[in-house]
Amino acid sequence: MTLHRLTSERFREGADEALADAELQANLARLRGNFLARRARARDSLPEFDELVDEAVGIKNHVLEHLDTYLVAFEEAVEASGGTVHWARDDAEARRIVLNICRDAGASTVTKGKTMVSEEIGLNAWLEQAGIEAVETDLGEYIVQLAGETPSHIIAPAIHKNRRQISALFNHHHTNLEDRESDDLDGLLADARQMLRGRFLAADVGITGANFLVAETGQTVIVTNEGNGDLTQLLCGVHVVLAGIEKIVPTLEDASTLLRLLARSATGQDMTSYTTFSAGPRRGEDHDGPEAFHVVLVDNGRTGLLAGPNRDLLRCIRCGCCLNACPVYAKVGGHAYGSPYSGPVGAALTPSLAGLARTSHLPNASSLCGRCEEVCPMRIPLPGILRRLRDEEAQRGASPPVMRTGLQLWSVIAARPWLYHPLTSLTTRLLALMGRRRGHLPHLPFTGAWTRTRDLASPAGATFQSRWKAGERP
Amino acid sequence: MSDTRPRVALLVTCLVDLFRPSVGFAAVRLLEDAGCDVEVPAQSCCGQPAYNSGERHLAMKVARTMLDALEPFDYVVAPSGSCTGMVTRHYPTLFHGTPDEERACALARRTFELTRFLVEVRGVATTGSRFDASVTWHDSCSCLREAGTRQAPRTLLGAVEGTVIKEAGDREVCCGFGGTFAVKYPAISTAMAQDKAARLEETGADTVLSADLGCLLNIAGVLRRQGSPMKVRHVAEVLAGETAGPAIGEPDP
Repeated sequence: MTLHRLTSERFREGADEALADAELQANLARLRGNFLARRARARDSLPEFDELVDEAVGIKNHVLEHLDTYLVAFEEAVEASGGTVHWARDDAEARRIVLNICRDAGASTVTKGKTMVSEEIGLNAWLEQAGIEAVETDLGEYIVQLAGETPSHIIAPAIHKNRRQISALFNHHHTNLEDRESDDLDGLLADARQMLRGRFLAADVGITGANFLVAETGQTVIVTNEGNGDLTQLLCGVHVVLAGIEKIVPTLEDASTLLRLLARSATGQDMTSYTTFSAGPRRGEDHDGPEAFHVVLVDNGRTGLLAGPNRDLLRCIRCGCCLNACPVYAKVGGHAYGSPYSGPVGAALTPSLAGLARTSHLPNASSLCGRCEEVCPMRIPLPGILRRLRDEEAQRGASPPVMRTGLQLWSVIAARPWLYHPLTSLTTRLLALMGRRRGHLPHLPFTGAWTRTRDLASPAGATFQSRWKAGERP
Repeated sequence: MSDTRPRVALLVTCLVDLFRPSVGFAAVRLLEDAGCDVEVPAQSCCGQPAYNSGERHLAMKVARTMLDALEPFDYVVAPSGSCTGMVTRHYPTLFHGTPDEERACALARRTFELTRFLVEVRGVATTGSRFDASVTWHDSCSCLREAGTRQAPRTLLGAVEGTVIKEAGDREVCCGFGGTFAVKYPAISTAMAQDKAARLEETGADTVLSADLGCLLNIAGVLRRQGSPMKVRHVAEVLAGETAGPAIGEPDP
């Protein structure tokens, strides 16, 4: 089981690059107003939001308790409506299944609606290798694909780019457009639309993800604001749905409960512009629709997660809300995480799926401020999970030795008052002497990580406790 | 205010103990004025650095010495949301399934952040102090999301004579301290602190106050390095009227 293009071991370098990129910093600053403020308004205007959250958490917990039952029920319902369900244990199996479907359909071009699982398994590169062109049709994904990049945000893949950058990209790639539209927002949209229309009509296979899989009806559900998902799946001969096994909900009623939370948490909309339910291939009386309907259920580490202590992560509905709320994400952007999943949920999910060996920066690079947990509509205890991953790292003896030794030393001292008091008293007096004149400490060998970029206020003198013990009172 | 004088243990916090004893003395005065008998049992650190770094067994050793020291009191009060949160939220988790679990849960129920304790438990409406300055309040993440402290400091500061409160933007956003995070990922931590400092400076206030010395050291670190005139103090100093000494990071004249 692997995650495609995993480069999380480079987190520190990626973060440094992001911090040095002024344009990226300005682009990321838009997150606050564009998503988080709208989410807050949407939440505040729905009095029953918290009850809805309770209900949604209950639904997902119930599903995770009985996942095997619901998955089999879903499979039966899909087959009853004329579709086919495939089970993929890992990324390699998922890629093989999709490629075989494409080959059987004689496909040379596939269009794709937004699917994070496709990023997870590295589907595009695999299809390209097999001579099949994969075209992303979500505007953000389309931009990212043109740029040869990966999505930097779960719901806003190109949030790291601004209009100027996108315009330059389109100018470079859309040379075959006769009337290049202007570089304003409408012009860029018209360009992309014109480019994609032909692709939709030429595609042999359409691949989408799924926001939900409805066990009772065998339907797959996607939400979009561009309608690209509908064109992807309706205009081609074969519709392939790629979905993680945790996307199951028991009933249509349950799907509608979760849908009420999804758009509000993601973009602050009451509903997305399009919510599409797909059930099987075209039937005799249908006007349109694909000839074949395949659902590929991807495990890729999820059953391991289900059996472990971080199971709550499987409740995630990929609204991206925790990314928008995260002050670390807001500074380093999505690419620094080196995983399809970035931000707090990515920092928790990536090591849980791919192991800690290459991803140990992710759970550590957090101030544990708790804002992600506060905004999560599925009440996933993200800081708690990050802490647990840190425990796991320490237990394997894999945490950085300097940090470890420092903490051990501090803990040994702190657990022994007879040692703590004389030692700290001596140290603070010494440091106070060093810093009294300026109010802050000079650069010392052990303070570099702080004092390179910040002053470090010097201690005031003797410790509070030594003064208290000596009888000083306010 | 209630009639009985509760026995209150001051959880000094290691940062106050080591860096800024004036906050400890200010807290003692505020608690005594609020009708409490204050004691300072010998103590060290709450164990949070080890707890947040995956070193649970070390955290538990440190936390157990605190548990022993703080147990015999009616209340435990800390001039910090962070150390309060460690006791109220994380001690029960840390000691879960151990013989000390019930003790940890009981201690958690009796432990409060200072300003919240004064307002919500002791019914203090004003501390009777004077501070002629415009101030802005930095909500620490732990105050907001662990210690339940949001309104209390604003209530008390609103009653300080001569003080005007100017609220900052992005009040719920972390300053980038995060304990060991500040030294493990200093570049990210500093960038977050610079954003925070910018929001605080935009208010035009003279002084930034908070209930957490960790955040204040971080914010002061950036403001001092940038040469900003903004002063940085712990809220307890202002509420106790002890603002004659140098602000955080300023030289002792």
